[in-house]
Amino acid sequence: MAKRSIVPFGPQHPVLPEPVHLDLVLEDETVVGAIPNIGFVHRGLEKLVELKDFKSYVYIAERVCGICSCGHGIGYCESVEHVMEVEIPERAKYLRTIWMEMSRIHSHLLWMGLLADAMGFESLFMESWRLREKVLDLFDLTTGGRIIFSVNCVGGVLKDMTAEMLQEIERTMGEMEKAFKPLEETFLGEYTVLSRLKGLGKMGPEQAVLSGAVGPTLRASGIRYDARKLGYCAYKDLDIEPVIDTEGDAYARCKVRMGEVRQSFDLICQLVAKIPEGPISVPVKGNPKGEYFMRIEQPRGEAVYYVKGNGTKFLDRFRLRTPTTSNIPPMLDMLKGCQLADVPLLILTIDPCISCTER
Amino acid sequence: MGKLARSPWLLHYDGSSCNGCDIEVLDCLTPRYDLERFGIINTGDPFQADIFLITGGINSQSEQVVKQIYSQMPEPKVVVAVGICACTGGVFKECYNIKGGVDTVIPVDIYVPGCAARPESIIDGVVKAMELLRTKQEEFSRRKKEKKQA
Repeated sequence: MAKRSIVPFGPQHPVLPEPVHLDLVLEDETVVGAIPNIGFVHRGLEKLVELKDFKSYVYIAERVCGICSCGHGIGYCESVEHVMEVEIPERAKYLRTIWMEMSRIHSHLLWMGLLADAMGFESLFMESWRLREKVLDLFDLTTGGRIIFSVNCVGGVLKDMTAEMLQEIERTMGEMEKAFKPLEETFLGEYTVLSRLKGLGKMGPEQAVLSGAVGPTLRASGIRYDARKLGYCAYKDLDIEPVIDTEGDAYARCKVRMGEVRQSFDLICQLVAKIPEGPISVPVKGNPKGEYFMRIEQPRGEAVYYVKGNGTKFLDRFRLRTPTTSNIPPMLDMLKGCQLADVPLLILTIDPCISCTER
Repeated sequence: MGKLARSPWLLHYDGSSCNGCDIEVLDCLTPRYDLERFGIINTGDPFQADIFLITGGINSQSEQVVKQIYSQMPEPKVVVAVGICACTGGVFKECYNIKGGVDTVIPVDIYVPGCAARPESIIDGVVKAMELLRTKQEEFSRRKKEKKQA
């Protein structure tokens, strides 16, 4: 047996914009184990539910993470609405879904950029992020914010989209679909990308389920599971087929995310075509009493929300299990046996969002 | 002397932010906003950095890291707090694990408020940081000269 050595990775690391620390146990250049150490971004948001009333807590829930901000808002609002038995207007459901799907495109394009950056493919990174700006412009147009736009409220949404905005969204989606094609071809066909990703961090379907993978990480191992099929928001009216791949390696995870971006273009066009007229919110009276547990599909995978109200305006408990939390054990499995140089890439393939994980 | 101020290197660390400001900082470096036109490069190495961008408030665990990175950066250096959380603690101020803004642990030169801070305001902050770096540099070399003479 070769001599073992431990190499620290992070918390401040050029590849990841977020702090996470790993102790990598190495035998020569091969990783034989990884010990994670998290908590650099822990703020204690769940506890804040006791200080902010349930209506203003939406703003905190949306700041759990800046990338999946809209999704956290939706998850929290839907849970509280279920507790209070409020039925929100159809138009609000559609608007939420449009923003959610746009967030998915923005998140996946961001991830692609970071992946390209980790490979040292600088121009591909720039290209992905340039395309992503179009989605951010749409957020700016419809809500006034680029990243965190706080449009959800308990009982509906705060802002409506005019017919011109919806048209603009549809037009931009068409435009982006065209611009996305060369990007997709480069990611899936360029030999430099292939040589870095093919066969890296292989995970079979059984192992993926056992270690608790969610989202694209799970679907890349061939499991047909997508929480959008549960039919929250306006997903019940949409035709969704989970994007899967059977290889289970880093390349498959990349391919699944590519497929999901394409799917989101399509879903947004469906939503824009179907969106009904009507009010965007209903007044909410009283305080929540009771508990509810719900799952939604975030760009990184399934997130679980739990709220418990006690009849006052402050909730008893808000609990959130984020996709990255459940993707860390599979990531540690994947790291075993890989080369040291591949570690940043492998960490990125689960699309880690540390800020969600630690809250 | 002037060379350094014209092309400073930038180091970014996420104190305990929600990611919103982080991706906006990265966004500044991409084609739409392109901070690199000011000669700025995003580096991962504190020993080569001149401008330290911090996003998010400070918690008990990131405190040590921020202090360490700050001490590793060579003089003269400028610290820019990006986002309202880095300035004052922002929406997370009441959280049990948040100490407050970045200025509770290291001296901050420039504050960029906003949630999330827009790339335009981040660029504005960085350009101001470059000016400040120039004055600090002059001050630094003046003191060095004086020391030499003495």
